Formats: sequence, structure tokens, C-alpha cells
Amino acid sequence: MEPEFYQTLLLTGKLATWTTILLLLIGFPVAYLLAYKRFFLKSLVEALISMPMVLPPTVLGFYMLVAYSPEYAFGHFMEQVFNRRLAFSFEGILLASVIFSLPFMVQPLQNGLMFIPSSLREASATLGKSNLTTFFRVIVPNMIPSIVTGVAMTFAHCIGEFGVVIMVGGNMPGETRVASIAIYDEVQALNYKTANRYSLVLFIISILLLTMIYSFNRKKKSFDYA
Amino acid sequence: MQTSEGKAELNVSAEINSGEFLCIFGPSGAGKTTLLRILAGLVKPDFGRIVFGNTVWFDSEKQINLTPQERSVGLMFQDYALFPNMTVEKNIQFAQKQKDLNSVKNIMELFGLTSLCKRKPHQLSGGQKQRVALARALASNPGLLMLDEPLSAIDRDMRLVLQDEIQKVHLLLQPVSLMVSHDVQEILHLATSVLVIKNGKMIAKDHPDILFRESAEMNQLLHSPDLGNISSHSSEKPTFYDFIPTFK
Repeated sequence: MEPEFYQTLLLTGKLATWTTILLLLIGFPVAYLLAYKRFFLKSLVEALISMPMVLPPTVLGFYMLVAYSPEYAFGHFMEQVFNRRLAFSFEGILLASVIFSLPFMVQPLQNGLMFIPSSLREASATLGKSNLTTFFRVIVPNMIPSIVTGVAMTFAHCIGEFGVVIMVGGNMPGETRVASIAIYDEVQALNYKTANRYSLVLFIISILLLTMIYSFNRKKKSFDYA
Repeated sequence: MQTSEGKAELNVSAEINSGEFLCIFGPSGAGKTTLLRILAGLVKPDFGRIVFGNTVWFDSEKQINLTPQERSVGLMFQDYALFPNMTVEKNIQFAQKQKDLNSVKNIMELFGLTSLCKRKPHQLSGGQKQRVALARALASNPGLLMLDEPLSAIDRDMRLVLQDEIQKVHLLLQPVSLMVSHDVQEILHLATSVLVIKNGKMIAKDHPDILFRESAEMNQLLHSPDLGNISSHSSEKPTFYDFIPTFK
């Protein structure tokens, strides 16, 4: 098999892995705020986070592309401070991917946090434990199924991303050409055999990830908040 | 406080002596659990004072409000709130300020939990969960032990056994103990004094024998809209615990 095939799959995996890691770090504080705190315009914040689930990816991609332009504040800031243009770069598709996949991480984490009885957090507090200790020793271990769901859904969604990536990153081999774009490109060039190889890999990864989520959550179903 | 019938005022003023076992008695929605949550620092009253020994836990005028972590309390929740990810041993160990495996072993022996030490909460019966929750609440050696209807979900035979265990622990460790209970027999068995609350107001505090001997009067009082005063016998012992929280 040609090196470009592996290069594209590696880039797809790299994008999905980095997106998942960044979203795990961003998603927990966001989900914590949404699950436990009351604040002004909370519903609007929740709606904005969920927007990528209903918004056409090309719409988000278009606005990201505009934002990356040095003619506008964010793009200008990136160019002046970091000497970087995000359009048609890996960093550019990574940022777009993080924003586009936000609800796939935040929603399972938020549900997981809300499912934990408040008495567990309160018990930990009355036993003298800090909020940080309670978070890492009580909250996180008791929401593993939600974390697994968030990670697997984000990763699976990310490897299949097309609209946002093509709008923001185009089709640059080794930089922005991910598997979903390669499939489209190969079909356009009538290379159905290569398109099938890419498709098969994405299909297998997606089915494995979803099977893992269902299997894991079924095992944890007997979990009892005693 | 929030009740099933909307917002209500909770207004309680009482002193509890060192080593006392006080039962809080009253109808549902009277504010018994809210009172425990206020003392634990989980709910902030609108105004009042909570003093434990020489330490002010809450003073609305001086804007003092210690966090639950800063108060020396052990609270046993109605649903036990055992950590599902931890074994019996780890649940108890988690309560300790400094890791002391010998102490954990002693507490587990005291409550007959040694053979269950590697089990997780979902592998325990109701009575066993109750024991673990009580052992955990005591593991941090609290000055104030609070039990929120600890025996309500347990069958009668097991309840009698556990009442004896609670009494044994109270006599052994001598914390100030507060227990919410609906069960008069349980109160007569365990309490050294009873605080009666109705509609957020304290209507009596006395020795259980004195209060419940005149059960007709108590019954009438608890079901009457007139919350008249019941004569209370003031303690002449030095005050160890004093709280006057008010919560709307």
C-alpha cells in the first residue's frame, strides 16, 4: 500500500487523539459548571455548546475560516503574536475540530456529573476532604462510563469529520487531508478501491468504539449508588 | 427552608451538653434534616449563631461561616452516601485525616465489618451499609456525630441490633450525638434528650421519659395548629454546644 494511505490515516488518528485530549481537559470544567452551578444565561451557553449537533458543519467551517483571516481580530492576533495563520493548517483544523466536537464530550460528562448523588459530594466534604480531593477520588471514579462515552464519541465523531475540515483545512496531504476527505477525493478520481480501503478502516474503528461503549455501560449498569 | 408546601421558616435555639445523645423528633417537613445540614455547613442559615465548644462555626453578624471541612462533624446520611467505587475498608479509610490502618482495623472490628472489608457497597445488605456509614462517620473522630434517620430503611429485628450498636459507640466514644428519628421506641432506647420540631419551630426539649410519658399531650401538641409552649427543663450542666440558626 502506498505511503500516502498510511500518512492520511495517521493524520486522522493524530487529529482525533489531540481533539479528544484537549476536549477532555476543556470538557470537565465546562461540564462541572453546567452540572453544578447556576449563572446568568446558562441556557444560552448550553445552546451554544450544543449548536454543532444541529448546525451544518459548513456553516461552522465558514465562520472559523473567516475568524482565521488576518483581516479579523482573532486571525490578526494569531499572526501578530504567534506568527501563525490557522487557515489550511493542522492547528487550524484541530481548533475547528475541538469546537465542533464540544457537545460530544461535554454532554456525557455533564450527564455523568448530574447522575452522581449530591450526598456523595456532601459526605466527602463533611469528612474534611477538599473539593479537588472529592473530584479526583469520589466524582471521577464514579462516572467512568460517562467518561468512556465522552472519549469514544468524541474520537469516533472526529475521525469522520468532513465539512468543517474541508472548509477550514482543504485537502493538503500530510497537513489537513484526513480520511473522510481522502474518500471524497478518491471517489471524485474514480479510485473506488482506495476509497473503499479508507471507508473500511473508518467503519471498523467506529463500530469497535461504539461496541466498546455499549459493552462497558452494560457491565456498569448494575452499579448501585448505595 | 424549602418544604413540600413551599418555603417555610426554620427557627431553633438550643444548647446541647457534652456527651449528650439528642434525638430530633417531629413530623415530615418539620425541618429536622435541614437542621442537621445547617450544623454540618451544607446549608447556610439566613441569620443566627452556631457555637461548638469554644469555636464559632457560624455567626451571621460577624460573617463567620466555617466550611463543612473546617467543622468537626460526622454526618450519616439517610441514603448512607457510601462511595460506590471504594470497598468497605477504603470508605472508612477515606474518612481519616491521617492514614492509620490499625485504627481502620479496630473500627471494622468494633462494627463487625472485618469479613466484609473487601466488599463494595452494592454487595452489602441494608444493615451492613448502615454499619459502614456509621463506622465511616466516626472514623474521623468527630466532636459532633449526626445521624439522619439511620434506621428508617431497616427491618425491625436488625433495627434493634443496630440501636444497641449505636448506643455502644456513643458510650464508648462520647461524641455529642444528634439523631433524627420518627420512632418513639428508638428515642426512648437511645436518647438522653429530645428536641421536638414542628413547622420549623422548636416546641420542646426535654428528657424522653418526661416528654413521652405524657404522650397524650405530645400527640395533641404535634397535631394541633396551636404551637403553644411546653415547659422545658433547663440543664444546669456547663454548655458544650449552642446553636441559634434561623433559615428561611
